Amino acid sequence: MDLHGIEQVLPANLLDRNLSSWRAGDAWLGGGTWLFSTEQPALRRLHDLMAIPIGSPIAEEDSGLTIRSTCTIAELQQHTIAHNDWRAASLIGKCCDSFLAGFKIWNAATVGGNICMSLPAGPMIALCVALDGTYTLRSCGGEVRKVAALDFTIGDHDSILAPGELLQIIELPAAGLRRRVTMRRFSLVKDGRSSVLVIGSHDTDTGAFALTVTAATSRPVQLHFDKLPEKQQLRYSLASKIDPRLWFDDPNGTPDHRRHLTTFFAEDVIKVLS
Amino acid sequence: MAFFTLNGKEHHEQPKAGQCLRTFLRQLGCYGVKKGCDSGDCGACTVLLNGEPIHSCITPAVRAHGKNVISIEGLTDGDELHPMQQQFLEARGFQCGFCTPGMILTACALSEDQKGDLNHAMKGNLCRCTGYRAIRDAIEGRAELSVESQPGECIGRDVLPPTAHSVVTGQEDFTMDAAMDGMLHLKVVRSEHAHARICAINTQAALAVPGVVTVLTWEDAPTRRFTSAIHDSHLVDPDDTLVLDQVARFVGQRLVAVVAETVAAAEKGCQVIEIDYELLPMVLEPEEAMAEGAPPLHRDQPDSFIINPGRNILVDIDLAGGDIAAIRQQADVLIERTYSTHRQQAMHLETLGSIGWIDEKGCLNIRTSSQSPFIAKQKLEFIFNLNPCNVRVFCKRIGGGFGAKQEVLTEDLVALACLKTGRPVSWEFTRQENFIGASVRHPATIKVRLGAQKDGTLLLIEVDSTLNTGAYGNHGGEALYAGSVALGHYRAPVKHFSGRSVYTNTIPSGALRGYGLPQTLFAVESCMDELALELGVKPNALRRQNMVGANDRIVTISDEPSDVVMGSYGLDQCLDFVEAALARKADQQGPSGQEWAVGEGLAIGYHDTVPPTEHRSTATVLLHDDGTYCLFTGTAEFGEGTSTVHLQFAAEALATTPDRIKLRQSDTKICGWDTGAFASTGIVVACQATMHAAKALRERILIHAAQHLGVEVEECTLDSGGVSSSCGGKLSLIQLAELARHKGIKLAEKRKGYGSPVSVAFNAHGFRVAVNRITGEIIILQSVHAADAGRVINPAQFRGQIEGAVAQAIGYAMTEDLMIDRAGKVRNPDVRNYRIPSFADCPETEVFFADTVDSVGPYGAKGGGESPFNPVAPALANAVQNATGVRFRHLPLTPPRIYEALVSTFAR
Ligand SMILES: Cc1cc2nc3c(=O)[nH]c(=O)nc-3n(C[C@H](O)[C@H](O)[C@H](O)COP(=O)(O)OP(=O)(O)OC[C@H]3O[C@@H](n4cnc5c(N)ncnc54)[C@H](O)[C@@H]3O)c2cc1C
Ligand code: FES
Ligand code: FES
Repeated sequence: MDLHGIEQVLPANLLDRNLSSWRAGDAWLGGGTWLFSTEQPALRRLHDLMAIPIGSPIAEEDSGLTIRSTCTIAELQQHTIAHNDWRAASLIGKCCDSFLAGFKIWNAATVGGNICMSLPAGPMIALCVALDGTYTLRSCGGEVRKVAALDFTIGDHDSILAPGELLQIIELPAAGLRRRVTMRRFSLVKDGRSSVLVIGSHDTDTGAFALTVTAATSRPVQLHFDKLPEKQQLRYSLASKIDPRLWFDDPNGTPDHRRHLTTFFAEDVIKVLS
Repeated sequence: MAFFTLNGKEHHEQPKAGQCLRTFLRQLGCYGVKKGCDSGDCGACTVLLNGEPIHSCITPAVRAHGKNVISIEGLTDGDELHPMQQQFLEARGFQCGFCTPGMILTACALSEDQKGDLNHAMKGNLCRCTGYRAIRDAIEGRAELSVESQPGECIGRDVLPPTAHSVVTGQEDFTMDAAMDGMLHLKVVRSEHAHARICAINTQAALAVPGVVTVLTWEDAPTRRFTSAIHDSHLVDPDDTLVLDQVARFVGQRLVAVVAETVAAAEKGCQVIEIDYELLPMVLEPEEAMAEGAPPLHRDQPDSFIINPGRNILVDIDLAGGDIAAIRQQADVLIERTYSTHRQQAMHLETLGSIGWIDEKGCLNIRTSSQSPFIAKQKLEFIFNLNPCNVRVFCKRIGGGFGAKQEVLTEDLVALACLKTGRPVSWEFTRQENFIGASVRHPATIKVRLGAQKDGTLLLIEVDSTLNTGAYGNHGGEALYAGSVALGHYRAPVKHFSGRSVYTNTIPSGALRGYGLPQTLFAVESCMDELALELGVKPNALRRQNMVGANDRIVTISDEPSDVVMGSYGLDQCLDFVEAALARKADQQGPSGQEWAVGEGLAIGYHDTVPPTEHRSTATVLLHDDGTYCLFTGTAEFGEGTSTVHLQFAAEALATTPDRIKLRQSDTKICGWDTGAFASTGIVVACQATMHAAKALRERILIHAAQHLGVEVEECTLDSGGVSSSCGGKLSLIQLAELARHKGIKLAEKRKGYGSPVSVAFNAHGFRVAVNRITGEIIILQSVHAADAGRVINPAQFRGQIEGAVAQAIGYAMTEDLMIDRAGKVRNPDVRNYRIPSFADCPETEVFFADTVDSVGPYGAKGGGESPFNPVAPALANAVQNATGVRFRHLPLTPPRIYEALVSTFAR
């Protein structure tokens, strides 16, 4: 929709060192698929991250996958992974497919935009958390920090980003990509917005297992186990380690149903990975 | 340097900084770029950006810089249709046509792979009218319905809608597809509180915003109360509404209008309006609202229509036929169950909106998205005390209505702004406004009591219905009465219908497909299955045993004299069709896994072909000098397809082809009275008028020709070329018109259509479902619908109406729920969170037509754009019960609800 409050759209370079001109009422413009989908009365200027082309959005090295935050969902989905021992790479396509949004929006929406939106049902968040990703953030003063994907999103529509801070780069380490993974998702309508998205990842070298829960909770939750847990242990962990207030309540699901499905899917995931 | 290339042409205009591509393209004249949601959810605004399909409403216009944009207008260079457009034409892949440009452009861009999974590929394109089957056929190039017609052979044929070509090319003119010189834009400030009195409104800051022309508050508005509901008689609804009120009775009620040179200025003006509220106690549920001491919503200015303003009761009815106490004694089995239903939004893809201006003669013109321009006009005359000669209301094509445009919600405020400023004024609802400031289906709580003998003979049907009419009483009375129809299709010596419509501080309920009947039918048809279980008999056998037969009278409550007649009877056929279809796939399996339970269920119902309130229409048909005809009808076209039927009727009577008849419609300046396109009366009333007028014109032409040929009228026949006599004489239509001109006569006739007597239409719907007892998911394995609508005038269109109604009803039964929080605020006022069915949610429905010819309706037709909706929800609940053994009495059947009820019954 028209954002009548916007007075200026400024080109911005994702890889620039600093951006001192940042001020209140400014926002980064990724694909714009969320920004333009709702009224933004507080915004006055957009810094367009897509205005300046900066080369390939994805780099694949032996150490892992490096994704620029401006990489579109379509680009990520179309990238063919060369490392055939990266078993978890199958998650990439599945997570891209876990939007309510359809393919036309994938052409515009960015991975970084999805992460920074910090919606519980953000499938790029699920992907990055499940694969132990890290984010490179750069403040408008130029300071750079790296954070774990798990720590970035702190609530519904809430992240640790400071005003003007930019998500530049997403790194998915090879160790994460080599794990065996399984994903389960539920939405109240077919192919709709996730009500629950659960990913299990199993490190076959160490035996460690991690369960990543998103969409069902207002922020991502990860449970770690030394080995694939028994049903009882799993249930106990889910009940004791997830703060009951985290089960998300919105029109796309109820807390109770989400908690129930999370348990059910988690058990299923373990069965598949066993 | 040009900014971008649009449809092959360079443009130098620059968009505004925060403008989206959608409005920029419309500004450049591409009105085929539609707005369904303005948030990226519906796909109506799809265009190709450098060949890639995108949603232009969420694409910053600046991003089109240096690029190539193709909109529907530029899909082909000439008159030739793109193959996809041709496919949409042939498959009748549209009804209102509002989603069509976006559908076509998206479909054009699909790869073969994507075409293999349309559910997935098309999930970003929503259609509210079709139920998607016809669109699927169009994309897959599967349908080849004829696009030609033969003279005088129109009834029962798939005649192409007259606007088909302009719909698929994006040329069709919808309500908001216009801009006028000097046009102002209106935006409103809506109440943030469910119940509050306004102490003061500070408009200073708003008036200071550059571009703001005027600000309107309750102090500027007329003091005449009216009802926003549209009915032929304004006396069937309470006059409880003001154009702008000093009291806010629901969150979302419009309070202040800002009128400005641009939408941006109006919006900015709204942001700086300050309202000082005195909060009043509020009630959200009928039970609380009727309790002693509850805050009355309409006590200050009670219309005597409101039966008990102190207790918030708008109407209260109690109608009984027979001795209830005695029959209860006689019943071997007596069951009582309570059901409840929720709020549904019509979600017509085109939001509400209108454009008004005062012409040089001082006449107020309103171009609006309404199902009844004539009654909208009457209301404006009443509210503003205007002379009828000084008001004109008209409709262009309307992007869906479903009953929700049987309401005056924009015209009055636009009129006020026009009268105040003297300038043209446009007001287009945002999608969010359409969710919080329009109307919804009445939520209801319904108690049903059924009594029967051991042998299954039904003795008693009692229904008690409480409707939540919301903050205003529009449709609150009539929708309540309409609910009594659910008692009519079974025989029982004693029937009792009671109910009440109650004011609460929530969004007003209003008209919506089915009109008060889906709620009570859900309850009665669910309860019939419950009774069968209690009696230990098959539900369908119980239905057959008690349903009305061909020789019965329809008695909803007691056998009072009535103008409802059984003009034809097809209920038995409907039930046969559905049962047989379900039986054919009886061994159909659900997904594998013990948690999946499979079951089937059905429901039946009937619908009066005309509402109990008056319904009238006028048609005029005339012969032009060039030998073509012109037909005038007041009815608006919003996808229901009556325009096609008008032409079919006229062409049939005049022995010509529809393309020889020009249709002019829905304009109070040029057409005769028409009550409106609602209550499924399009064919039986409005087209009836056309049939009479066209037949009269044929007689007139024959008499005129006979005189000139010097023969008896009986010897003359009319065909598409003219009149020929059995003696060999011949006069072409052009000659006949010329002769008439010389004689100073007009070959034109006008006739009226009335909605009495009323006939009855029947429907049955069946489902086979698989229910996941762990997740609560329902998969529809089979969906079957049978309709008895008398003679089917246009099978392709009627099938489309049924499929669309079924899809909308599946949404009602399973996914749609306009939720209200404890403060009375809508929780999900956007398409993203108010889930209407998409491609993937709509199963293909097998559709059957009963073979009947009605003795009342024109050409034997009964119509029925609404009634297919009604049996869907109870059929679903019955199927889920059959699968799981658990009865769901509260709509919608969402996975969380199902899981909650089933989790204890299924241990993994
Ligand atoms: C129909 C539809 C369905 C959708 N379904 C889903 C869904 O299922 N799940 C879901 O999570 N989302 C969904 N969305 C929301 C949104 O489109 C996606 O989250 C998308 O990935 C956002 O990316 P974007 O590039 O378009 O973000 P933008 O709209 O450009 O930006 C989103 C937010 O992130 C900020 N931002 C963007 N990039 C950066 C950056 N590099 N650094 C810092 N801040 C940044 C912006 O300032 C803004 O606040 C949907 C949207 C639509 C229209
Ligand atoms: S109007 Fe753009 S997607 Fe609905
Ligand atoms: S035809 Fe699709 S919305 Fe009306």
